[in-house]
Amino acid sequence: MKETVQEKLKILADAAKYDVSCSSSGGKRKNTNKGLGNAEGMGICHSYTEDGRCVSLLKILLTNFCIYDCAYCVTRKSNDIKRAAFTVDEVVDLTLNFYRRNYIEGLFLSSGIFKNADYTMERLVRIAKKLRTEHKFNGYIHLKTIPGASDELIKEAGLYADRLSVNIELPSENSLKTLAPEKNYAEILTPMAAITTQLKQSKEEVKLFKHAPAFAPAGQSTQLIVGASQENDHQILSLSSQLYQNYNLKRVYYSGYVPVSTDSRLPVLVNPPLIRENRVYQADWLMRFYGFSASEIADEKHPNLDLEIDPKLSWALRNLQVFPIEINTADYELILRIPGIGVKSAKRIVAARRFTPLHLDHLHKFGVVLKRARYFITCAGKSPELRDYTEQAIRRRILFGEGSVRNSLVKQQLELFQQAS
Amino acid sequence: MHYYTYDGTFEGLLTVIFEVYEQKAWPDKIEKQGQEQPGIFAQNKFIPTDEVKAARVWTGLKKKLSENACTDLYKTFLWEQPGFEMLIFRYVELVFASQANIEENFAADCVRQISQISRQIFREKHRMEAFVRFQKTADSLFYATISPDYNVLPLLKDHFEKRYADQRWLIYDLKRSYGLYYDLEKTDFISLEETQVNSKTGALPNNILEEKEPLYEQLWQTYFHHVNIPERKNKKLHLRHMPVRYWKYLTEKKPRLNG
Repeated sequence: MKETVQEKLKILADAAKYDVSCSSSGGKRKNTNKGLGNAEGMGICHSYTEDGRCVSLLKILLTNFCIYDCAYCVTRKSNDIKRAAFTVDEVVDLTLNFYRRNYIEGLFLSSGIFKNADYTMERLVRIAKKLRTEHKFNGYIHLKTIPGASDELIKEAGLYADRLSVNIELPSENSLKTLAPEKNYAEILTPMAAITTQLKQSKEEVKLFKHAPAFAPAGQSTQLIVGASQENDHQILSLSSQLYQNYNLKRVYYSGYVPVSTDSRLPVLVNPPLIRENRVYQADWLMRFYGFSASEIADEKHPNLDLEIDPKLSWALRNLQVFPIEINTADYELILRIPGIGVKSAKRIVAARRFTPLHLDHLHKFGVVLKRARYFITCAGKSPELRDYTEQAIRRRILFGEGSVRNSLVKQQLELFQQAS
Repeated sequence: MHYYTYDGTFEGLLTVIFEVYEQKAWPDKIEKQGQEQPGIFAQNKFIPTDEVKAARVWTGLKKKLSENACTDLYKTFLWEQPGFEMLIFRYVELVFASQANIEENFAADCVRQISQISRQIFREKHRMEAFVRFQKTADSLFYATISPDYNVLPLLKDHFEKRYADQRWLIYDLKRSYGLYYDLEKTDFISLEETQVNSKTGALPNNILEEKEPLYEQLWQTYFHHVNIPERKNKKLHLRHMPVRYWKYLTEKKPRLNG
């Protein structure tokens, strides 16, 4: 018995780890029944794996038996791997015992699709229900919605889970057709829309009746894979932007494709596209917290994000006419757009300038990255730089340090050398 | 030159501030009694703690500051790094010298420093909320060792009370020799004469653990190693999130149990 749970955990954690969602925040579930756990307020990352990703939830598949054959997926039917399945009680027991020892914030449960969508979904819901009702568990539960599952089951899932998610998987319907022939956008977007409707409805009901049951209080999220298909960053960001707007998603997660398969439908990759994934996340942040629209970050003329510099700097360099921005008078929204200034330092600037005019020295102490910001600001009318630089010059100075023409030449030569060899 | 000493409590420090204003003798140094340097040019003056005087200073501060700013002052006290007393004093001095609320005047050094300290304390508290690892004993007590950089244990009470309302738990700060104990009804600070805890690993001796405890520790280690994606290895990021000094009490960072 002992061995089997160990073995299953190995297989089913391995199979679930390519799903990147790890968030445990945004829930409002309080421990009011003197039960176990509390999921109000901010999430907690309890540990970090050696790849630097956080471990917040017990992220497992209920089973990795699957009737589908999606090329990008490690669990696909045609892949020759060990298969296993947890029982409902095993998952409940692991979740409770990990939670009691403060290893985790809760459970992230997904599954391969066995028999059919409803059959699978019903199992997932049963586990969540058992944790909530029999064990008074108030920790975080994130359930993956199985594409094609019935509305009733999704509705029930939302009563027990804090967050629901349906993975959109690939950034376009075309790629989905090629790589996941059994799936289609309709099957993914229908439950996503159903959840959005439920979320809205539940919010209305709670307004009317204080004790109306909350539906997935932490909202819904999705994930798409970057680098397994041909879409450019412009397409990816436009899609995310639409998902945020039309489906009210809390998060879109991006998973740099890790080659788990040698399927001929997939690009040949040596390493996962980590830098690109990072840039896409930065762009996503710009859309959610910095007031940028998708088309400002990438458009038809600049379809892909610059891998060398971050998307905010990249936008600033393309829009030098907006700068310099005066720190002491500009609106908060504009200050947020200055490279090297984040949300925290922008807030500090706006708060502190009511007391005294701010100088460069203040900015440095507030945590502004002057290495980037200095080309885009004035403090009380004075620019930190004595002359104007061109887009190319600023880029070079930021990347290689001040006046390091030599450095950049060396780098250029190295690149030429690499291309030649 | 005026050097003050106090008994090391927050009320004691507030009493010193009261006396400073009462006697109009501005401090050049405030230190915990027993840790002070012998003064060459000044006499160390010990101020005994007086709850009434301390409360008057605190009430005065509350009138001019938001609740958050007052909490930040208490957090600076828990920070315990050299010079924190004078920093608190300079902040209080600025508060009482100004008409307007100064808590967002980040251009003033003491305001900015205290706001930075508050963030450091928050981070450390948040880390403890994350890195506490309980072991279950045979009599169903959940025990965890910590030794945080700053004295954040008092700030952890709320979080763990809410979370583990249905189990007895004890979080013990080995560095400062005191702990927080919840007995299903209330939470108290306790201090143990001697502990059976291994000072290197923070772990309890095996013979007092619940029978299945090693199994769950082993399962957790298994999970931790299998959720990693080797192709994405990123040591730098790993260390930034989980600095090595926190590893010693983490179950998942201990040598693998057989399994």
